Amino acid sequence: MENIKVILEKCTGCKLCVKACLFNAIEMVDKKAVIKDNCNLCGACVEACKSQAIQISKKSAESRLSGRGSEEKDLSAYKGVWVFAEQREGKVIPVTYELLGEGRKLASLLQEELSAILLGDKLDGVPSELIACGADKVYFASDPLLSHYRNEFYTKVIVDMISQYKPEIFLIGATTTGRSLAPRIAARIKTGLTADCTGLDIDTEKKILLQTRPAFGGNIMATIISPNHRPQMATVRPRVMKRCAKQDSRNGEVINVKPQLSGEGALTEILKVIKVEEKVVDLQEADIIVSGGRGLGRAENFSIIRELAEVLGGAVGASRATVDAGWIPSYHQVGQTGKTVGPKLYIACGISGAVQHLVGMQNSETIVAINKDPNAPIFNVATYGIVGDLFEIVPLLTKKLKINGVRS
Amino acid sequence: MDIIVCIKQVPDTASLHTLKINPKTNTLMRDTAPAIINPFDENAIEEGIRLKEKYAGEVTVLSMGPPQVEKALRDALAMGADNAILLSDRSFAGADTLATSYTLAEAIKKIGKFDLILFGKQAIDGDTAQVGPGVAECLGLPQITYVRKIEIENGKLRAERTLEDSFELVEAELPAVITVTKEINTPRYPSLKGIMKSKKAQITIWSLKEMSIDSDRVGLEGSSTQVIRIFTPEMRSKGEILQGTSEDVVDTLINKLRERKVL
Amino acid sequence: MDYFLTEEQKMIVELTRKIAREKITPVVAHHDETEEFPWDIMKLLAEADLFGVYIPQEYGGLGGGVFELSLVTEELSKVCGGIAICYAATALGTYPILLFGNEEQKKKYLPQLAKGVRLAAFALTEPNAGSDAAGIQTLAKKEGEHYILNGTKQWITNGGEAEVYTVIAMTDRARGARGATAFILEKGMDGFDFGKKEKKMGIRASATRELIFTDCKVEASRILGKEGIGFLVAMKTFDASRPGVAAQALGIAHGALDDAVKYSRQRVQFGKPISSFQAIQHILADMATQVEAARALIYATARMIDKGVKDIARESAMSKLFASDVAMKVTTDAVQVFGGYGYMREYPVEKRMRDAKITQIYEGTNQIQRNVIALQLIKEAAKGK
Repeated sequence: MENIKVILEKCTGCKLCVKACLFNAIEMVDKKAVIKDNCNLCGACVEACKSQAIQISKKSAESRLSGRGSEEKDLSAYKGVWVFAEQREGKVIPVTYELLGEGRKLASLLQEELSAILLGDKLDGVPSELIACGADKVYFASDPLLSHYRNEFYTKVIVDMISQYKPEIFLIGATTTGRSLAPRIAARIKTGLTADCTGLDIDTEKKILLQTRPAFGGNIMATIISPNHRPQMATVRPRVMKRCAKQDSRNGEVINVKPQLSGEGALTEILKVIKVEEKVVDLQEADIIVSGGRGLGRAENFSIIRELAEVLGGAVGASRATVDAGWIPSYHQVGQTGKTVGPKLYIACGISGAVQHLVGMQNSETIVAINKDPNAPIFNVATYGIVGDLFEIVPLLTKKLKINGVRS
Repeated sequence: MDIIVCIKQVPDTASLHTLKINPKTNTLMRDTAPAIINPFDENAIEEGIRLKEKYAGEVTVLSMGPPQVEKALRDALAMGADNAILLSDRSFAGADTLATSYTLAEAIKKIGKFDLILFGKQAIDGDTAQVGPGVAECLGLPQITYVRKIEIENGKLRAERTLEDSFELVEAELPAVITVTKEINTPRYPSLKGIMKSKKAQITIWSLKEMSIDSDRVGLEGSSTQVIRIFTPEMRSKGEILQGTSEDVVDTLINKLRERKVL
Repeated sequence: MDYFLTEEQKMIVELTRKIAREKITPVVAHHDETEEFPWDIMKLLAEADLFGVYIPQEYGGLGGGVFELSLVTEELSKVCGGIAICYAATALGTYPILLFGNEEQKKKYLPQLAKGVRLAAFALTEPNAGSDAAGIQTLAKKEGEHYILNGTKQWITNGGEAEVYTVIAMTDRARGARGATAFILEKGMDGFDFGKKEKKMGIRASATRELIFTDCKVEASRILGKEGIGFLVAMKTFDASRPGVAAQALGIAHGALDDAVKYSRQRVQFGKPISSFQAIQHILADMATQVEAARALIYATARMIDKGVKDIARESAMSKLFASDVAMKVTTDAVQVFGGYGYMREYPVEKRMRDAKITQIYEGTNQIQRNVIALQLIKEAAKGK
């Protein structure tokens, strides 16, 4: 491998890197680490090595860029923090306010402006609300074609705005819309994009955005930078960042952007929007979640989970095993291949706590685990653990909450 | 209907049933996980095969990675894909989603003939969900993400796209790029005959040279993002195991939850 | 223990284990409770080509033999002995065609059976003829080019669900055992009906019914081999199928052992997991040893059969006898390790114990197996071997 090397004099043969590698890409030869071809340069070994014996380097990004003068960008021309104000049916969704809160922090660190990017149609009053919630400026593109998210139109309008106004940082909520839109924009303007960030900061010396996100299902965290491209783009996980307090007296500027769109540019047509008939509780927005796992034994037993959830006014979650077994529809699934949740209270019933599940719920404020196996890994993350038969404990809990009322 | 399914081989972190915590440092100890096809990509392969069975044509699975990724491609062939192409070159290593999207898109241009490109909605290692839209952009094709149902009518594609609280019925011309959720189908098991056939199948391998593409836009060199730090997240500290009879523990629990104002 | 399986055998085990773990585990309790036939699972096994592992390639199978069949049955039985027998009983119904069918019959039936699009069953037992097969009363009376069948077969596994049946009937009662003939029948033939579904102690996922023949007209081309060799067909079929029953017993036992080991590490008494008590350790050690001994005997026998050794009655009977006795003992011990929980239907081991019992009874009771073994011993001694 050209980009990664082991400095043999420094390598002590301690094998920490071998353990750190998720790809089995390091082996020991004569007590020295050797990087194999299947290395994907993730950098986990560099972090693990106590003797700084592993280095990952590029050929030198600067020389490469200067070698292609035409593509060289004047990075200093890019100023300000942008957040995408996602709206659905005219209503701004909660993550937007979280982005404004976080954007405010970053903008202060950079001593620059915070702007909200709003696309839609008939959104009177929304720009001023965005200003009250932290934006210095609102770039507002209004057009009937933008009323509902359509990738090709949104991408075009935002890319045009970026090339005109040159933001330094652009944050987008990691919603289905955000995660579909951001990579398309990033690929068009050929800039870096970090997905699903849970932590953002500024390296005030170099003035670059430090983007921290979980990877490998939350087994590791990675901090990522995009030093040579602008804007530095990130999608941000909902319910992680703090909103800033709303101040109706805040002043700001609304810049009306005239979108250059025509219906003929459509690549897709939205024929209709189907509302889910069944009352789907959005797990990601729920304050209380009661989840069932393999310990339930069969589909019918989910009834005891539902009963407890109902008494608590919470949502029903499920482990992957139960979804795979067809006991419950997959939109209830919590975990790596399901939803990542962070409620105030998470009650795990008969869930052993495979890594796949834990990464989806360990950010919950309070976790209660009920499992008959005292060695179940779920107890490692539980605030309160009950070792016992869920068929006894859960109905008893439901009964007592019913009789005495949920709130004291 | 010729379909290209882009797949990724990932460490099966989900198969690790226990989180081991180093009691001294309170950090996570990782076992080495076996390599598998990214689970959402299995849904994409299944959907490709179903569409092929319905509308005829061929399914080509495409992946980028080290030679070991052949295993994932063979597994896809065992399920019923017709051809497999692996983009493998040392210079592809360390690619971020931008460089990966470019490389895959160039390979798709080289394949030339296709009506539909399928992806899983995201990979379970990186969880970025960026490469599908990235490839769509590089090819200038319509994209429909998070799809739970696909139908083809009069040469047009109709897809149900999953949103947070609803579904969209979206129509697009072919060719198009689709990323699928796990609701779309249940991936089949490979058959024994399929496995045997896949063991003997020829896998096409393209290196940088064979693709004749810009080496500055692939791998680490072509990546606009850099990982500067990798660390293990702080684990939650182990809480309290409630003791006593069922009556006792349930009462204690309710009291504790009330004290914490969770209830 | 490493039995040095071939690549192909490892592949079969791996795939079966994956399907069993992912798809059968979640429905075990459901099928045990509802006694519903596991068609969904049969379809999965069929799509995976598992019904063809023991059928020659020229008939659409994978070209393996009794060993491969046993491996699949064992893996399925580790998860559910009831679902496993739905699969294995098809093999029991297929073996007579494999062993005695003419080319035309093989071409007609084996490809479908190998694909698993149709299930098979074998019908010998009658209300008054169990171990004493010579007591068969179902009569096949010759009328021109046809035979007219009348009578009732009892406790036929896969009865009603299967479409292809190998049925043993008397064509010449006067000749006793030499007057029996094997026929291939199909569901839907006139005069071929099914009785009620039996309610069983265990293996409840499987269907057990009577086959009722009322003036059922059967062409002579449906005879397997020739007239008068029905008992030979049955005996040779059993010789080949007994390792399969043994493998079912082995799987059930192994599953119970795994459950018991896991539970003993979870269950805490006197402040320690019960696995730390020697009393429990010794039970587990005995369970494991018996399971491994059964496996060694079955695998060795299956390999012998597949190598073409003709005289296999003794080894085949030993496998079935030993493995099924082990299954009964090991599952009973597993319930003991679980204590009170083991007796509760919420926990999986009492079902394994119920499933295990049948393996000591069907395809020849263990008493009959001992007769077979002893007879072979005495024969050999008489020959001065």
